Amino acid sequence: MPLLDVRNLSVEFKTADGLFKAVDGIDVQVDVGDVLAIVGESGSGKSVSMLALMGLLPWTAVVTADYMTFDGIDLATCTARQRRAIVGKDVSMIFQEPMSSLNPCFTIGFQIREALKAHLPLSRSQRQLRAVELLEQVGLPEPERRLRAYPHQLSGGMCQRVMIAMAIACKPKLLIADEPTTALDVTIQAQILELLLDLQKDTGMALVLITHDMGVVAETAQRVSVQYAGQKVEEQDVEALFANAHHPYTDALLAALPERASSKLLPSIPGVVPGQFDRPAGCLFSPRCAHADDVCRSTSPKSASQELGLARCHYPLQQGVPLRGDV
Amino acid sequence: MNETLIDARQLSRHYDVSNGFFGGSSTVKALSEASFTLQAGKTLAVVGESGCGKSTLARVVTMIESPTSGELILEGHRIHGDEAMSDEQKANLRASVQIVFQDPFGSLNPRQTIGRILEEPVLINRPDVSKSDRQQQARDMLSMVGLRPEHYDRYPHMFSGGQRQRIAVARALMLNPRILVLDEPVSALDLSIQSQILNLLVELQERLNLAYLFISHDLSVVKHMADDVMVMYLGRVVESGSSEEVFGAPRHPYTQALLSATPVADPTRTQTRIRLQGELPSPLNPPKGCAFNPRCWKAEARCRTEAPSISGEDTHPVACFFPL
Repeated sequence: MPLLDVRNLSVEFKTADGLFKAVDGIDVQVDVGDVLAIVGESGSGKSVSMLALMGLLPWTAVVTADYMTFDGIDLATCTARQRRAIVGKDVSMIFQEPMSSLNPCFTIGFQIREALKAHLPLSRSQRQLRAVELLEQVGLPEPERRLRAYPHQLSGGMCQRVMIAMAIACKPKLLIADEPTTALDVTIQAQILELLLDLQKDTGMALVLITHDMGVVAETAQRVSVQYAGQKVEEQDVEALFANAHHPYTDALLAALPERASSKLLPSIPGVVPGQFDRPAGCLFSPRCAHADDVCRSTSPKSASQELGLARCHYPLQQGVPLRGDV
Repeated sequence: MNETLIDARQLSRHYDVSNGFFGGSSTVKALSEASFTLQAGKTLAVVGESGCGKSTLARVVTMIESPTSGELILEGHRIHGDEAMSDEQKANLRASVQIVFQDPFGSLNPRQTIGRILEEPVLINRPDVSKSDRQQQARDMLSMVGLRPEHYDRYPHMFSGGQRQRIAVARALMLNPRILVLDEPVSALDLSIQSQILNLLVELQERLNLAYLFISHDLSVVKHMADDVMVMYLGRVVESGSSEEVFGAPRHPYTQALLSATPVADPTRTQTRIRLQGELPSPLNPPKGCAFNPRCWKAEARCRTEAPSISGEDTHPVACFFPL
């Protein structure tokens, strides 16, 4: 049984202009020890789907799912108290902006010990010891002194290390990292990604990495799920995805990477991601797709077989060529 | 032979920072002794992490700030120093150096229509242009950057990030500049939009023979766009050369570390990553000797006491005692 099993998750927001579907029927399965990357552009619902799991969405959100379990506990029906016991302990999350996700009014020592106090039966001195140990684990020099520092006294990279220390404080089974390195410089990004992967190997936790950077995906993930406009359009192992993308969106996205370009002009995807009011009928990618025909524009596609990367497309690609008729 | 549009010699920009009432003041050397040239139709990329002086360089080149020392020669006109030009001449020259900022959401006035945004530079710098000519120029510019004429009367909030960046490029081009400073022009955009804007920039460069000073931290974008590359660390140029030379055979340890730290979208690639220890030092209190020595794996005693100056081959100079 997978550690995290979510089927047909949808999230709708009540807005002044009616319901907006931010996440549309997403399946996520994560096993113990998995490194899953969720890739998508802004507005593809990758953060919202994970926030929905954690129960961190505002009241305007309506979350529905056929099935949403973590480690045997049904997250859809459990009480708020039960959820609080899991969140921060067995599932924890790291956010994009390390500087703004730490509370500026408290020392980082206080904030790390707070996480321990909420979930573990440790005494005050044990908590202090554990906090020092955690900072050592994430590679911050002089941990005792750092514990007394406030977030503004640390750099962005150090703050992100503190966030990671807080997230792994209770030895979670699943760590969700939401764009953990987007706000950081490349050399610091390399350090943080390496740290996350080392921790993942050492503790055997599952890691879900939300990102928009294909380079980060290629270097860290085992499995990749590609999202577009709130839908999962493809899921494959990382090597297979980069070698043979089955959904035209993934294919176009990879072709648009400057490092894969063969000429000065990049192959680009025309148009923009559909918003609340211009969601097309049929396949959501059809207005921008190079292979779309009338079927694509009228009926919404089902996911293809496992061999075709579960591509949500009428004509999944095989080595860049759409398969027509026989699928 | 292409005309040299920017000739920067030993450009420096230092800021005095107060350390509080009793602290006196100290100097932040945001930019030290940067020298480079840029020809028409070429792209010079400036690469480095945050705090390395990329944006200060952009501000000096666009004449938003004047350098504390050094010479800047734009299109053959000396801007600072002994034979400095009058303010009026400077204003004229300013029109030929334009800038596109990183964040297309912050750099457009939300209360102006696109037409108004595009016409404003002309209104200010060329007041003798008639209203109808001005409007025609703005409409022509819209079609040049791939927007539609009906966008003329709309407001910035009605556009997506990519379209706004097109507007920002259009605004920069309204005065027919010859140099465009692009300060992280695509880093706020999604991947599928990024390629549209990069293509637009390539097309415009070919059409108008523009010189680009392309500031970016994304090495894959730089590799795609740049003819020449300049790598900066803590306000100093540590390596410069043609794109092939710098990416193919980096000579400064920092460049090498930067290249190896950049994730490459190829899962089959075997990683040989150089692990850089620590972080960028504070520019208020830079390390003695070579600024990179605390993080460098090749540093020796000499690096800790003496700062290397940029030297070496003419085409590919490097600021390191032990270049690779």
